[in-house]
Amino acid sequence: MTQTRSMLLNVGPSHPAMHGVIRMIMELDGEKIKGVDIEMGYLHRAFEKMCETVMYTQCFPYTDRLNYVSPLINNVGFALTVEKLLGIDTPERAKYIRVIMSEISRVTDHLTCVGASAMELGAMSVFLYMIKAREFLWELVEEITGARLTISYVRIGGVKADLTKDFADKAFQKIADVRKVLIEADELLTRNRIFFDRMKDIGKISAKDAIDHGITGPFLRSTGVAYDVRKASPYLVYDKLDFEVPVGSTGDNLDRYFVRMAEMEQSLRIIEQCFQQIPDGAVSADLTGVVIPAAQMVDSAKMGQTESLIEDEVSLDPTLQGSTRKYHDAVNANKKDVVLPAKENVYGNIEGLMNHFKLVMYGHGIHPPIGEVYMPVEGANGELGFYIVSDGRDHPWRVRVHPPCFPIMAALPKCLIGDMMADLVPTFGSVNMIAGELDR
Amino acid sequence: MTPLQRIQEQFPAEIIETHTFRGDETAIIRPASLLPVAKFLKETPELDFNFLMDLTAVDYLFYAGGRIQKEFRFEVVYHFFSLKFNHRIRIKVPVDEKTPEVDTLCGLWASANWYEREVWDMYGINFKGHPDLRRILMYEEFEGHALRKDYPVNKRQPLIGPQN
Repeated sequence: MTQTRSMLLNVGPSHPAMHGVIRMIMELDGEKIKGVDIEMGYLHRAFEKMCETVMYTQCFPYTDRLNYVSPLINNVGFALTVEKLLGIDTPERAKYIRVIMSEISRVTDHLTCVGASAMELGAMSVFLYMIKAREFLWELVEEITGARLTISYVRIGGVKADLTKDFADKAFQKIADVRKVLIEADELLTRNRIFFDRMKDIGKISAKDAIDHGITGPFLRSTGVAYDVRKASPYLVYDKLDFEVPVGSTGDNLDRYFVRMAEMEQSLRIIEQCFQQIPDGAVSADLTGVVIPAAQMVDSAKMGQTESLIEDEVSLDPTLQGSTRKYHDAVNANKKDVVLPAKENVYGNIEGLMNHFKLVMYGHGIHPPIGEVYMPVEGANGELGFYIVSDGRDHPWRVRVHPPCFPIMAALPKCLIGDMMADLVPTFGSVNMIAGELDR
Repeated sequence: MTPLQRIQEQFPAEIIETHTFRGDETAIIRPASLLPVAKFLKETPELDFNFLMDLTAVDYLFYAGGRIQKEFRFEVVYHFFSLKFNHRIRIKVPVDEKTPEVDTLCGLWASANWYEREVWDMYGINFKGHPDLRRILMYEEFEGHALRKDYPVNKRQPLIGPQN
């Protein structure tokens, strides 16, 4: 008498398709997947615990490392949550800058996801094209934030620096370049027999199951549910922008690919509209008057020659470009108890110095009222929510991140069971699992 | 009528406290009434909370430097969201330090499964009736619960290598 037993197969964590951070124990019947157990936590760095030990502003570098493919959205999400807790608003220009940077990040995230899943199915050239396009966008990010990945750009009450003078022109150029790559990738993938067959009807999930699992973002939209935080509860200036929420119908891998491709186009549209609507800041102002070196300003301040220091323009280090006094007020809320003063004031007068100290010294810092807030933003993978409990002191009492790919990973066995073992790779690729935010 | 007013009307005896801060509606309810309240939130047509968006816990040991005394040490925090009506509500359940347990919501929302595993992992709060309550982020051999306030930040428990 023949007997059949299912086979247990261990995939990962040191398997390239598992990104090195996920272990799956698969129960197989031949090549069919019968059961999946997902083990995660390999990239757990105690984000939530660490945030409890530092001041509110010091949490930003930690948030960069949540979703490390679109770190600007994490920054914006955390800043908006603390601003909600404080009950403050930011200037219009800062809001537009945040939207521009968020949408650039969304495109880089989707490019990485689509490119990587195409590569895992053998389409190496698509991956290289898409990483090239991501590079164009990261150059824009680098120009404004000074960094590519760990940007720490957004501040509570504003942003670190204003846009540079010719940023809009550069951005339009890069957007045109990215569009070319998207058309190229679309031609290479959408009518590609191999890609199409590997994606179509694989990794299916129904809208009901997706909602039951709390899934949001492109994964939910591929099932036909048009839920997008930017539309449902608009934050920043999303209510003034015209964009669509692309949805799929079947909730399979191919739909998720289409949704991501369509979303990238919408994000590029949003960026273009932002440049038309953004109010003028100091970027367009004429830089006339005396510009003195920073060292000279400090020297004259030491000798008590402080009369002209309030008006003088000071040339600072290039890393502080866009964050000097002239630009500072256009992109930061006028709240001295929250926003760091412009650097000339810190080095040039005692009020600025004291203000700076009161915000950065241990035990001082920002003191929100006692309370708790939850603020969702639309991350690249779905609803990225921060839940902060404040006890009225300078440290957050509790910071909780609602990571968008956590519920998707929980629902992944539902997508996988019944498919072939080889379908694990495209399905897992379409999740766009980012271990930084999954494991925190 | 907001969702908060609706459950206040439905469960007047079960609600310990309510507040609205910066537009976030919150109700603190008695632990025993969690399942009926959750069922009501999900199944009432005019509330229709089909998303359990987030589930976490907060440890209030030495809250505000000990200036504010909380009756219970933990609170399990639920964030619900309704896709149809686009409204949200936060439900909190106080949990005792000696017997840290609440009912599971796995039967109502599938998303509760992993969230509750995470809360068990990080806070050691037991979810009665959970089908598979294992650690999720930490490893099986890990001792203690890392997000509790009495767990030292700099404590290390390496699986291999020197202990501190």
